[in-house]
Amino acid sequence: MIYGVPITHFLIISTLMFFIGIYGFLTRRNLITILMSVELILNSVNINFVVFNRYLYPDKLQGQFFALIIVAIAAAEASVAIALIINIYRRFTSIEVENVSELKN
Amino acid sequence: MGINVLMFYIFSAVILVFSILAVTSRRILRAAVFLLFVLVATSGYYFMLQYQFLAAVQLSLYAGGIVVLIIFSILLTHHISHKFELPPFIHIFLGILVTVVGSGVSIVTILNFPFKATTNQPIGTDMSEIGRQLMNTGSNGYALPFEVISILLLAAMIAAIIIAKKGK
Amino acid sequence: MINFTYTIWIPLVPIFIFLLTGLLGSRFKPLVSGIAGTAGLFFSFILALLTAWKYFFVIGTTNGAFQTIIAARTTWLQFTDKLSIDMGVLLDPISVMMLVVITTVSLMVHIYSLGYMKGDGGFARFFSFLSLFTFSMLGLVVATNIFQMYIFWELVGVSSFLLIGYYYEKPSAVAASKKAFIVTRFADLGFLIGILLVSYFTGTFDFAKLTDIHSSVFGTITSASFMGISAMTWAMMLIFMGGAGKSAMFPLHIWLPDAMEGPTPVSALIHAATMVVAGVFLVARMFPVYIFHAPEALTVIAYVGGFTSIFAAVIACTQFDIKRVLAFSTLSQIGYMMLALGVSGYGGEHGLGYMASMFHLFTHAMFKALLFLGAGSIIHAVHSNYMYDMGGLRKYLPVTHITFLIACFAIAGIPPFSGFFSKDEILAAAWNHDKLLFVVEYIVAGLTAFYMFRLYFGIFWNKTPHYHHEPHESPMTMTFPLVFLAIASIFTGLIPFGSFVSSDGIPFKSEMQFNIAIPSVIIALIGIFTAFIFYKKENLIPDKIVASLGGFYRTIYNKFYIDEIYLFVTKRILFNLVARPVAWFDRHVVDATMNGIGNTITFTSERIKGLQSGQLQQYAFVFVSGTILMVLFILYYIS
Repeated sequence: MIYGVPITHFLIISTLMFFIGIYGFLTRRNLITILMSVELILNSVNINFVVFNRYLYPDKLQGQFFALIIVAIAAAEASVAIALIINIYRRFTSIEVENVSELKN
Repeated sequence: MGINVLMFYIFSAVILVFSILAVTSRRILRAAVFLLFVLVATSGYYFMLQYQFLAAVQLSLYAGGIVVLIIFSILLTHHISHKFELPPFIHIFLGILVTVVGSGVSIVTILNFPFKATTNQPIGTDMSEIGRQLMNTGSNGYALPFEVISILLLAAMIAAIIIAKKGK
Repeated sequence: MINFTYTIWIPLVPIFIFLLTGLLGSRFKPLVSGIAGTAGLFFSFILALLTAWKYFFVIGTTNGAFQTIIAARTTWLQFTDKLSIDMGVLLDPISVMMLVVITTVSLMVHIYSLGYMKGDGGFARFFSFLSLFTFSMLGLVVATNIFQMYIFWELVGVSSFLLIGYYYEKPSAVAASKKAFIVTRFADLGFLIGILLVSYFTGTFDFAKLTDIHSSVFGTITSASFMGISAMTWAMMLIFMGGAGKSAMFPLHIWLPDAMEGPTPVSALIHAATMVVAGVFLVARMFPVYIFHAPEALTVIAYVGGFTSIFAAVIACTQFDIKRVLAFSTLSQIGYMMLALGVSGYGGEHGLGYMASMFHLFTHAMFKALLFLGAGSIIHAVHSNYMYDMGGLRKYLPVTHITFLIACFAIAGIPPFSGFFSKDEILAAAWNHDKLLFVVEYIVAGLTAFYMFRLYFGIFWNKTPHYHHEPHESPMTMTFPLVFLAIASIFTGLIPFGSFVSSDGIPFKSEMQFNIAIPSVIIALIGIFTAFIFYKKENLIPDKIVASLGGFYRTIYNKFYIDEIYLFVTKRILFNLVARPVAWFDRHVVDATMNGIGNTITFTSERIKGLQSGQLQQYAFVFVSGTILMVLFILYYIS
């Protein structure tokens, strides 16, 4: 643990980062910026895992390994998302999120 | 105030300020760069918490891989100097509402929760230990997730290639 | 005990023929349906004769009276453990007699229709409807309980609707069939209420229990009364209302003249011999109830019958359409039958009216059917219904001429033809009971002779108009029934009817009362002679009389404007005051509510449709806020 910094400070930071990411997801109109907000969310979760591991269960390794796995998954997901965005751009010539409303009605 | 407390506050400030800027910036390239700063500060956190391997992975994969990918895709699909218009006010309002309420609820819960410190001895997290655990199948062993992740990455690669290639 | 279960086939064979010819008739040549119908009915006719022979002669009387035999019965609908509707066959003197009448007349009409309806497009349909009607009528007369009779009553109404409206492309025929159905249906409302009242007070629908004079089912009704008239009298009056509708008593007679729009064999079957006597049969069937528990109703019945007979006889003297004259004649004769029942007592000689009514029903069926079929033969030859298109036909239609003449003698009441005997019994019963009614019927007898012979002389004698095609005698299928019925009209008068049918089942002998018989013959001869002078040769006497009567003649010719009064009441009063507001309410309140509900739902769904916008961020927003709300709920509400 880190002397002087209680666990709640870390958790508050990660919570704020999480909700800022959600704000970005709900507000942004460009698909790539939405992707960036998703990365923010994933990062905040990562911080949470690591902090819990260090402060509450220092004799175990779950948190760190899971954070590793999340990083790998985020990388994979970002690459597929970018591929999709490129496809959408080819079809609509713009990547506004209003164009992908095929589920309408 | 110890140096680590100071480091903590610096990193926290960087994270919060730049993440807010990243989600509200009107130029897309600037948003990407702000995201980069957030990721670097996060890896600073990991260094502070003495998870060096994880911090290195964060820097190389996230900051060096994903953000580069994002910037490439921006360049492929956009005018970089294009300024976004603001979203409609109702979206902003609802977004702020959700953010404030959600974070309020979570923070209040966190503050009220009794976290118990533990006196277990920390386990070492140097490279050799991590390497051994990645191949281990006993307790603390992560051979299975390792294999699953490798298959996932393969699948993602194939998917990305197929989706992104030009059709006939 | 002889087994009478086979009698169930008497009504069942026609209904099978109906289904067969109705469903499959179009696949074969039309004549096949005709032959099938006639053959089926011939089978029923033989069975009916067999039943009558067995009932009257082989079994005969037991303890001096003819027994009521229930030949078959099955419970159809059970209301409570005491009250149920059964379906069955009941044999007693009047129902056996009616079986004979119905099957005989129906068989003659079937044979006649083979010739009359030949070449018509709906030939198969006609025969299937005839079978349906015969089935309904047979079921009505053998009903074991009053509800079964009501069910068949309605079936008879439907069959007559189908048959009157047979020429469905003629608007006048459609209007006539609707009129017949609506008027009789309206009368049936009274009938149903009467049935319900009777069953409420007596607790049973069964005829055997109701008409058994020793039964105790009437014990509870002595105190119930409404407006000074006992409940039972109301009930029986309402039941008579149903009978009055079917038998076309005044003022529910309006449908019968219009019903002549149907083909002539239909008029012969339905409107002369069978359906219109259903009302008389109903009163006869319920006669013990009338005598002992509602004698005032019998007085009303007698006066209604008497009034109808003179009313119709007067109108018949002015009509020119053959079938209309015969229709009004039927009204008049049924008035006779109702009157005879109304003046009757119970038991032995007192029940003379009852016996006379049934006797007249029997003989009237024969000669009236003969008259209608003969009229059909004439219409077939001349292609017109109107007397001014006819004349001097005795040269061209010999068989029709002779049989028609025999029927005219029968209806006028000239001995030894059958009408004399039956009409005489009725006059005797009236004389013994109510002198006013006797006088009315006496006058009607004279009028009957007059208008029938006016018809006869006008058709077969008088001036011969110019015919486009020379009229020719009808084919054998049409003349055979005429001859058969003529023989029946001559000889049925000689049956000692009192030995078979009487009010209490005990046979009695009725004597010829010469103080009544001789004056009735005299007035009939006066009527015939008057008609002879007016109509045998062409002359101006009728026109002078018409001119002198002026407006009075016109009123009679227009049937006393009864139809116009009905139309006025219906259109002005019922439609405007009742139907129009109700229709307004239905359109603007009920429909508006339904439309309002529909519109509200459509509006709401349009609004809700916006939820499915396809916008990703909207979905995410709902998702996140829903999660936060749930967390709040769990944190603060549950714990």
